[in-house]
Amino acid sequence: MDTDPMAELPAELKQNMTRYKAPPGLKRRIRYMLAQPPRTGWFSAARASWSRWMPVGASFACGALLAVSLMTYRAGMTADEGPIESQVVASHVRSLMDKHLMDVASTDQHTVKPWFSGKLDYAPPVIDLAQDGFPLVGGRLDYVDDRPVAALVYRRRGHIINVFVLPEHDARRPDSGVTADHGYQVARWTRGGMRFWAVSDVSRDEMQKFAAGMQAAQ
Amino acid sequence: MSDIRSRFESEVLPCLDAAYSLARWLVRDEHVAEDVVQDAYLRAFRYFGSFRGGDARPWLLGIVRNVCYSWFVQQKRTREFECDMEDADAPSLDGQDRVQTPETLLLQKVERAQVTAAITNLPLAFREVLVLREIEELSYEDIARVLDIPKGTVMSRLSRARRLLQEYLSDYR
Repeated sequence: MDTDPMAELPAELKQNMTRYKAPPGLKRRIRYMLAQPPRTGWFSAARASWSRWMPVGASFACGALLAVSLMTYRAGMTADEGPIESQVVASHVRSLMDKHLMDVASTDQHTVKPWFSGKLDYAPPVIDLAQDGFPLVGGRLDYVDDRPVAALVYRRRGHIINVFVLPEHDARRPDSGVTADHGYQVARWTRGGMRFWAVSDVSRDEMQKFAAGMQAAQ
Repeated sequence: MSDIRSRFESEVLPCLDAAYSLARWLVRDEHVAEDVVQDAYLRAFRYFGSFRGGDARPWLLGIVRNVCYSWFVQQKRTREFECDMEDADAPSLDGQDRVQTPETLLLQKVERAQVTAAITNLPLAFREVLVLREIEELSYEDIARVLDIPKGTVMSRLSRARRLLQEYLSDYR
C-alpha cells in the first residue's frame, strides 16, 4: 500500500508521457528571427508575422509603419541624439499598441528595481512619484540605441508615461528639456551617470512637472 | 555572427524541444505552442546579454511559462485559468490524504494516448508541475523558480498532481 505522497509514478506510466519535439520549421524560423539586425522596428515586424493570437493584428502594421517613420525623423537637438529621441517615441508607441507594456507589474519600487538585475548590466534608479500624482506601475526591458535598456512605466490619470533609462558615460550631454515630437511630449535629463527619456501624451505642463519631480527625487 | 548570438545559439537553441513541449502541454494547441516558443525565444534573446551562464533550460522554460500565461490572459480565459489555480494548494476535503490501494490504482495497459488525455485534462496548476518534474525532470528548486512558488508548495502540488493523474487513469478500465 502506497501512502507516501512523494512516491514516484509507476515506470510504465512515465514511459508513456510524451516529450514533444518541435516541428521542423520552427528552429529555422527562430534562427532567421535572431539573424535580423536589432533595430527598433525589428520587434514589431518579427512579432507581426506570427502574432495570430494577438488581438490587435491590424494595429501592428500601423505600429511598425509609425516606428519606421519616426525613426527617420530627426528632432531639433544635438544631431547625434535625434535618432535616440525617435527611437524612444517609437518604443513608447509600440509598447501601447502591442500591449507589451510591462514585464514586471508592480507599484513598489523595491520590486521593480531588483527585477532588472541579471537582465541589464546597470541598475536603473526607480523612483515612485505617487505623491506628485505620477504613480509607478511597473517596468520592462526594451531596446534603444541597439542595446537593452530599462523602461519604467508611470501613469498620470489615463495616460502612460514611459521613462527609458540609458547608462550615459558621455559628460557632454548634461542638457535637459521638454520637446514635442509627433504629438508626444519628450523630456530628457541626465542624473547620476544615467540619461533619462520620458515619453507621453500628457500635456507639456504635466511633462515638465513630471520631469522636475523625477530630477528632484534623484 | 556576433558573439552574443553565437553563444545564444549554442546554449539556448538546443532547448527548443523542451520549450515547445512545455508550451504545448500548457496551451494544449500545437499552433499556439509554436507562436509561444517564438515569442519566448525573442524575449530570451533580449535578456541574454545578462544571462550569467549555468543551465539555460530552466531559465528558458520560465520564460516560456510566462508567455503561456500572457496568452491565457489575452484569450480572456481568465476565469478558467483562475479556477485552475485556486484549488491547487487547498487542503484536501476529507482532512487526510486518500490511501492509495493497488485496486484503486489499477492501471492495466497504460497506453500513451490515455496518458496524454489524462495529463491534458489536469487543471493547469497540476499539469505544469507534473510536466516540469516528470517530463522535463527539473529539480524542485528549478521548478520553484519557474513557477515562482516555494519549494514546499512544489512538492505538495506535485504529490496531488501525481495522485490525480493516477485517479484519472484508473477510470480507464
